[in-house]
Amino acid sequence: MTGRPHARAALAVLAFAAILGGCQGWQSALDPQGPQARELAWLFWMFLAVLTAIFVAVMIALALALIPRGPPRDDPLAVDPRSERRKNFVVAGLAVATGVTVLVLTGFSYVSQRNLFRVEEEAVIVRVTGHQWWWEVRYEEPDASRTFTTANEIHVPVGKPVKVKLNSADVIHSFWLPNLMGKMDLIPGQENDIRFVAERPGLYRGQCAEFCGLQHARMGLLVVAEEEGAFNRWRDAQIAPAETPTEPERITGQQAFLSRPCVMCHTVRGTGAGGKVAPDLTHIGSRRHLAASTLPMSRGNLAAWIVDPHGIKPGVNMPTIKLDPDDINAIAAYLEGLK
Amino acid sequence: MSDAAVTSGRDLRDTALPDGELHARLSRTWGTGKGLIARLSTVDHKIIGRRYLITAFVFLLLGGALAAAMRIQLARPGNQVLGPDAYNQLFTMHGTTMMFLFAVPVMEAVGVYLVPLMVGTRNIAFPRLNAFSYWTYLFGGIFIWTAFALKVGPDVGWFAYVPLSGPQYGVGKRPDVWAQMITFTEVSALAVAVEIIVTTFKQRAPGMTLDRIPLFVWAMLVTSFAIVFSMPAIVIASTTLILDRLIGTHFYNAAEGGDSLLYQHLFWFFGHPEVYIIFLPATGMVSMIVATFARRPAFGYIPLVLSLIAIGFLSFGLWVHHMFATGLPQLGMSFFTANSMLIAIPNGVQIFCWIATLWGGRPVFRTPLLFVLGFFFIFVIGGLSGIMLASVPIDLQVHDTYFVVAHFHYVLIGGAVFPLLGAVYYWFPKLTGRMMSEAMGRWNFWLAFVGFNLAFFPMHILGLQGMPRRVYTYGPEMGWANLNLLATVGAVILALSFLLFVWNVFSSVRGGAIAGDNPWDAGTLEWATASPPPPQNFDRIPLVTSREPLWAERGAMPVVGGLTVDDRQVLVTTVTDARAELRESSPEPSIWPFLASVALTVLFVGSIFTPWAVVWGAVPVGVALLGWFWPKGDVEDEG
Repeated sequence: MTGRPHARAALAVLAFAAILGGCQGWQSALDPQGPQARELAWLFWMFLAVLTAIFVAVMIALALALIPRGPPRDDPLAVDPRSERRKNFVVAGLAVATGVTVLVLTGFSYVSQRNLFRVEEEAVIVRVTGHQWWWEVRYEEPDASRTFTTANEIHVPVGKPVKVKLNSADVIHSFWLPNLMGKMDLIPGQENDIRFVAERPGLYRGQCAEFCGLQHARMGLLVVAEEEGAFNRWRDAQIAPAETPTEPERITGQQAFLSRPCVMCHTVRGTGAGGKVAPDLTHIGSRRHLAASTLPMSRGNLAAWIVDPHGIKPGVNMPTIKLDPDDINAIAAYLEGLK
Repeated sequence: MSDAAVTSGRDLRDTALPDGELHARLSRTWGTGKGLIARLSTVDHKIIGRRYLITAFVFLLLGGALAAAMRIQLARPGNQVLGPDAYNQLFTMHGTTMMFLFAVPVMEAVGVYLVPLMVGTRNIAFPRLNAFSYWTYLFGGIFIWTAFALKVGPDVGWFAYVPLSGPQYGVGKRPDVWAQMITFTEVSALAVAVEIIVTTFKQRAPGMTLDRIPLFVWAMLVTSFAIVFSMPAIVIASTTLILDRLIGTHFYNAAEGGDSLLYQHLFWFFGHPEVYIIFLPATGMVSMIVATFARRPAFGYIPLVLSLIAIGFLSFGLWVHHMFATGLPQLGMSFFTANSMLIAIPNGVQIFCWIATLWGGRPVFRTPLLFVLGFFFIFVIGGLSGIMLASVPIDLQVHDTYFVVAHFHYVLIGGAVFPLLGAVYYWFPKLTGRMMSEAMGRWNFWLAFVGFNLAFFPMHILGLQGMPRRVYTYGPEMGWANLNLLATVGAVILALSFLLFVWNVFSSVRGGAIAGDNPWDAGTLEWATASPPPPQNFDRIPLVTSREPLWAERGAMPVVGGLTVDDRQVLVTTVTDARAELRESSPEPSIWPFLASVALTVLFVGSIFTPWAVVWGAVPVGVALLGWFWPKGDVEDEG
């Protein structure tokens, strides 16, 4: 019996460590990096504290109830009316207490909800359109010439409110950045929006949260929060059309790219490639990942992806196109250079 | 009409016979014959209930095997055991099987078996409909599992949201198979619900007033009403989905003015009461088991009944909490937050009443009670995490993550499967006449309890760490590997506990200790008859004087007489006071319900290939129904 308290303490430490483990991470609801996520985390911990206390109290009551008292019950119908009356009061009191508790929790939840959806003048408007299985990202500006499209990576200025307009080109998806804000669905024929602020520079990962078909698991998203100067430089670079390559290999790559079916689906602004059904590749080389966070960006991964997209992400809508090895390397070099 | 029957030559009444001869004659009248046709024709609620139970447990094992395969795939990051296509079919089949082919039918099965015994009647109301509902359920289950074996298993989730399941994105026949299987289960569930409502209202033994109905029967009654009111919503959802897919209606096509959110409203208007359709019968089992092993009547009978009814009502006002992330108006959603929280009050009252029942006595710690205690621990966690999900802001983070997976397994396994396993240990002696092994029962419980918590508790944390549901894989850089491995280890232990359970059932059926009529010294009517009960359930219909008649009448039970012996006859009583009203013929066995179900299966399965199947398929269905309802010269038919 002396071993048991130790075992229990060890278990408690383990459980605590496991819970703390949830606090870190680049896709964790318990590692808030903005006011919205902090509001959510605060509400979660508050609920957890109250509900844990209730759980412990109920288990203690249950344990006490199991202690044998009195003589064996030979006649099950022999019940002491006095103790029944006492129990009546206790149960009625607990029912009232339950009601008060849930009302108070409802109140806290409502206040939190209002804080969360408070509308602030937004500094950046991003329109995100869900596709099977990637995110089209469009920065909207009143000046149409400063509007541009990218994919799977959203840059935001630190400390500035961002509004994300959400809809879908095919099935329902859900936009979720746990470190910054809760999720919101992207629904065809409907526009939703969500707002967040990133307080510190950093990389925050998100992921589609509504089952959207074969590659739902590989529909990742990256938010890059950076200081305003860096953000503006990035935006200006994204607005510009793709640079014309100068190195011989990349020139070959561009010619190969433009003469293949690639252009049916992809756009590279400043060239003849104007397809609209797949990610805009104008500045693909500047992005950190490929294929909605499936692979890190590198020339090798670009080449691997072009050679065998279905081996890497089975069921993806990108077709396998037969290309010479030289062309593949040249195209990968061309794309990698599209910074 | 009953007076007309008095004059007929076959009108031998039970009052005219001694016990032994009465037993033999009634067994002959109510018995099921030998041979294939007789077996397919039976209308005995006990035989049908047993078939229902066994079928549902087979589906539980199949669904569990799918879960085990998924856990193996997720044990390590980037695992290659299952590809996305197989995984998506697996989780869809797992959810669909567990919800539609196991959880709801198994609760109905227990109701079909026990309700007539508990209210003291000879057969369920509409016994042929009962046979029909079983066959329809069985064929629906076989249909979807055959499709799965042929690699056309549905892969759009057990909820089959449009547009993913619609004509444009749901490839081949997969979503059709899902939607049509739902139709099978709708038909069978509605049939059973009607039978149980009528049995409870009109066939209770004389003296079983509304406030003497056993709590399990109350739970089945409220459940049945919930089925009657919620199933039409899923009938509309699955039918409009099929129509969109087969004949190009545009209910859910946004481009044509349809609305994909409408589907979610319909689905969850059914889907949330569905949870309570599974959970309420389990609370009924808990009430019965707690009373028997605390060796006293359940504390707070009236509050327990009112809680059941309150939960039944409130369960229809919660559905939007499945849709908090769909962009509905904020104020509207917060009403659903309030309502979702309110349901904690009747649930809390139930928990408090059960604890008060146990308090101050000498609980008998046998396996059924162990499972109920496990239920308390697990279900309270699940209920409390449900309060978190009721909050719009918290839900926006944890919705569609493993936190929710953890939550509803705590609610459904803790809240329904643990009481169900306890109920199997508790009523097994009544069904088979033999006790299950207590030693194996204890191992069964502890393995299930430890395995369950190891498998599902870590999922709360995984969800908060950002792991979404329904992903077939994840990268090593996400930091989810260790908790997933732990969950898989827990799942293996949980699976072992079920294997032990199956072994215990099989070995006890043959070799268990002989149980006798009332091995637990319980108080309700099902224990007043033999184990297993004879075809007529009771030789003489009991006269009920108390909520626990067997505790109140320690000597011989008072009985009522006057039913015919050579014809199937049940006693019909008044709804509130259960005063004897009239004698009613109970249908004879018939092959037509089976044939009607086969014909319906042809129509349903055919209709996913051509809409014309509804036209030509209606002919055999019509013929079977004509055969089924053809007048046979019963007293009622003449009258």
